[in-house]
Amino acid sequence: MPAAGVVMIVAVVLIVLALVYYLVSTILALQKITKALDEAIAGVTGIIEKSAPVDEVVTSINTNLDAGVDLLEGLLVKKAGLSDAVGLVEGLYPGAAAEGFRNLPESKQAKAPRISEVYTKGTLTLARLGREAPIAAASPNGPALRNPEYGSLAARGLYPEVRQTRPQSMPRSPIIGTDSPVQYEPSESPGIRKRMPGKAAVLEPAPQQTEAQEGPVKSGLAFLRRLKGD
Amino acid sequence: MTLEWIGDAILILVVLPVVVYLLRGVLNAANSIVPSVQQIATAATAGSKDLDATALLLTTQDQVQKTIETAADYGGSLDVILDDAR
Repeated sequence: MPAAGVVMIVAVVLIVLALVYYLVSTILALQKITKALDEAIAGVTGIIEKSAPVDEVVTSINTNLDAGVDLLEGLLVKKAGLSDAVGLVEGLYPGAAAEGFRNLPESKQAKAPRISEVYTKGTLTLARLGREAPIAAASPNGPALRNPEYGSLAARGLYPEVRQTRPQSMPRSPIIGTDSPVQYEPSESPGIRKRMPGKAAVLEPAPQQTEAQEGPVKSGLAFLRRLKGD
Repeated sequence: MTLEWIGDAILILVVLPVVVYLLRGVLNAANSIVPSVQQIATAATAGSKDLDATALLLTTQDQVQKTIETAADYGGSLDVILDDAR
């Protein structure tokens, strides 16, 4: 065999060896990729399966919370009036009056009264809730009703005088509990008693009102009752 | 004879290096994909584990509903007890 033929055979063998080496290495790398992709697909499938009900559940939660907000805002406005309700919220959460109530756009334009000047009873109630309640602390129109950090005794000034000097003159607190002298029957309808203790039944049918007249509070209650029924 | 030697030279000096160069490029590309895909798999697995807590959303949903119902009950009571604004 001529020398040129031998050299050609050697060259071809070298080329084939190079092909085998690199192709086998590529195959091994692709197998690793396939294995990792299988794991990734399994993980993504798990994510999809686990996140599938999230939309429905979160929507339900938001619906319930929306109903709660409607109810509480409507109740506050109904009982306190728009202006005073804005003032009360502003007293509790300074700056909240600018945002107004969600269902009452006109509340953004309402001038929030100073809670310490208008809401005497409300201020007392807030003071009873905790000594650290920052009542009117952030009001820009005057000093705080009391120092929310150090004025633990200042809250006394909020109470009627007799409470501090002659507490024995205060009426006794009502006795509550299962063994209290006055027993109330449990009511199936919240807020409505079947009968007042010691008196005739006072339950009267409520006058018929349309939902528009009842306002957001009744709407919220009706919605929640329908929700309960579902 | 001379042509055979020229063919051998081309085979060894041109074809073999080109084949090696191309195959090496394919191998390097495949090897560079492996760590990226493994990172994706790790992230997907971790993300799937993170979503294990989504089952608790059902508890949250139930608790929110009960809380709103309770608030509605209190709201109804307050609506009766307290006078409306003037």
